[in-house]
Amino acid sequence: MSEAVIKHIADPHPVTGVTNSKLGIWCFIASEVMLFGGLFSTYILLRTGAGADWPIGSDLLNVPLATLNTMILITSSITMVMAWASLTINKFGAYKKYMTLTVLLGVAFLIVKSFEYGMKFEHHIYPSKNNFYAIYFVMTGLHVLHVIGGLVVNLYLLLPGSKLWHKAPEQFMGRIEAAGLYWHFVDLVWIFLFPTLYLL
Amino acid sequence: MSGDHAHELPFWRKHIFSVDHKTIGVQYAITALLFMLVGLLMMLIMRWQLANPAQAIPGIGNLLGEANAPGGVVLPDFYNQLGAMHGTIMIFLGVVPLAVGGFGNYVMPLQIGAPDMAFPKLNMMSYWVYFVGGVIMLASFWVTGGAAQSGWTSYPPLANIASFGQTIWLIGMIFLITSSLLGSVNFIVTILHLRVEGLTFARLPFFVWAQFITSFLLLLAFPPLEVAGILQLADRVLHTSFFMPSGLVISGEVLDIAGGGNPLLYQHLFWFLAHPEVYVLILPAFGIVTEIIACNTRKPIYGYKTMVNATIFLGFMSFLVWAHHMYLVGMSTKMSMFFQITTMIISIPSVILLTSLLLSLWGGAIRYNTPMLFALAFLPMFAIGGLTGLPLGLAGADIHLHDTYYVIGHFHYVVAPGTIFALFAGIYFWFPKVTGRVMNETLGKIHFFFSLICINGVFMPMFMQGLAGVSRRLWDPTQYAHAQPTQPLNVFILYAAIGLGLAQIPFIINFFWSAFKGKQVDNNPWQATTLEWIAPSPPPHGNFSKVPSVYRGPYEYSVPGQSDDFWLQSDEGKK
Repeated sequence: MSEAVIKHIADPHPVTGVTNSKLGIWCFIASEVMLFGGLFSTYILLRTGAGADWPIGSDLLNVPLATLNTMILITSSITMVMAWASLTINKFGAYKKYMTLTVLLGVAFLIVKSFEYGMKFEHHIYPSKNNFYAIYFVMTGLHVLHVIGGLVVNLYLLLPGSKLWHKAPEQFMGRIEAAGLYWHFVDLVWIFLFPTLYLL
Repeated sequence: MSGDHAHELPFWRKHIFSVDHKTIGVQYAITALLFMLVGLLMMLIMRWQLANPAQAIPGIGNLLGEANAPGGVVLPDFYNQLGAMHGTIMIFLGVVPLAVGGFGNYVMPLQIGAPDMAFPKLNMMSYWVYFVGGVIMLASFWVTGGAAQSGWTSYPPLANIASFGQTIWLIGMIFLITSSLLGSVNFIVTILHLRVEGLTFARLPFFVWAQFITSFLLLLAFPPLEVAGILQLADRVLHTSFFMPSGLVISGEVLDIAGGGNPLLYQHLFWFLAHPEVYVLILPAFGIVTEIIACNTRKPIYGYKTMVNATIFLGFMSFLVWAHHMYLVGMSTKMSMFFQITTMIISIPSVILLTSLLLSLWGGAIRYNTPMLFALAFLPMFAIGGLTGLPLGLAGADIHLHDTYYVIGHFHYVVAPGTIFALFAGIYFWFPKVTGRVMNETLGKIHFFFSLICINGVFMPMFMQGLAGVSRRLWDPTQYAHAQPTQPLNVFILYAAIGLGLAQIPFIINFFWSAFKGKQVDNNPWQATTLEWIAPSPPPHGNFSKVPSVYRGPYEYSVPGQSDDFWLQSDEGKK
């Protein structure tokens, strides 16, 4: 029974060229594309249905704050890559530093977002006000949930999960790469959300 | 994977929170069978009401609760709850978990020679998320206003203004969707990465192919339903108007909402899932039937490659036909034209699959054991279901047949005597692998023949009722003049349905009796060729004592010049 080992946890499959976790995360991202694809389709349908009644996003939403948040998320994507790159050159200390930065930037995004939501609630603007706010709150809310999910994973990989580096560095790097792919995807969703909701 | 299989795992790690794909597969299968039994009982209550409108149900009527059935008479609201939950339970908690979660989990890793799924912990999580979703669904019967009652499709605006049970339904669905997504990722990675040496895609058993395509359908089709569920949840909880048009009048009053939404949006999102879901229901069944027919005819499958290509094409096309469920919503004729054409195209691969299986019987030395009987019955039953679907795929005919009992008859023929018969076939076929014992043939044949007769008695009359124009979801059909001539059929269906329920008793007895007292058999009782039959029965943790290699295709039966009439995939003999 010593042979009951699952293959390709750390070594890439010769045909697909990736490990299990990387293939898994790509499949997961494919389903996420369908999820947000459905939401963007909903946005298009509601907007074309409303015609001239649909408001211009920049008149109602806080564009400077959202721009700031865009910067924060893009920066966090860069630090995420730096964290992974540090591991490839065997610098665990640098990994810790960049991963901490990634987590902090994610938290910063959430803080800015909560200010944005708070300002809307102060003016008694809730999702029920009209369909523009409805789709705004649902799409950004769902994105926020994805950010929180990413933060939990990154925090795990920063603190208790990082022990794996000393036991199985290849596998640990695979995990960082998978978490990174997910984090970039969350970033990418925001890059679509920002112009769609705030600018158009 | 960690070196802990040297010592015994504690009971709760071995049988409850297990990460072994075989335990999880059995957990899925038993949970799903229990849910299917619940769905069957709900059906019997509904059939009683339809056969004897507003009359008390003898015996169990008083157990249903004063709020649901005062004096044993089913109230219209409760009838609607049963209808909605019967559909939800049978599809999302019964058939798919049994076909994919049960059979897929247990058999697929064995057939590809893998020690386990690629992500065992994720696998365990899939099961428990499914379990919680199922419990939430069932619990909704006890909340104020009862369970969801807007049909398994939950169309808004009706579902948006329904009682609290609908919110619970949506939360339950989000759990079930999450479970399916996790499971499908696991299946895809396992099939792509964990096949043993020599097991190329061209040598893959068709069952694995079917699971592979099914997983892609689940992966890509479920998220739009999740969107629909989230938006409906927002409509109900946050009072948004995604699916609520302006100026909606309910009970004579204009609803105080923002409006501007579109109920049709829900239908598009829903059917974008629910049409691929039809193929999620049917493809694993084809996989099971193919394995059994090849083994019990003792000859190779006719057109294996054609079947694989047809399945891939079917999976792709299933994303392009969803609006054929929506001909009556006022789509433009150009849209209807598009979806009619794609619908007619998608019937071709289904026919290819069925024809190949039929031709596989030609010249075979057929063994009529219980799994084979169920597999053989699957072919004409699925054919009836499929062929009666063609008139529904044409907008002109669909105008008359839409939302009638004809539709109910059509999709039940596909799923009940179709898929569920295939699942029974699979249970009888792989039971010796799971327990090391075969199921009793006599009880199995009683189960088969009574089920076959009764299930046709249930669904065949529905075509006649539907052609007469009787709508589905009627609490009391005798209220309508055009439904009165077909009312005797409802009484007939009730008797057939009770017979169908009783016909399951030999199966239940057989299942438990054989698990403990059945005849013990060796590892390969059916003399089949695929890899699961070289593993011990039941397979230990890690499945194979020695990692096998594969040297040939999956259906090498009766090869000329071989001493045996089956040639194991792992057998290194030269030809």
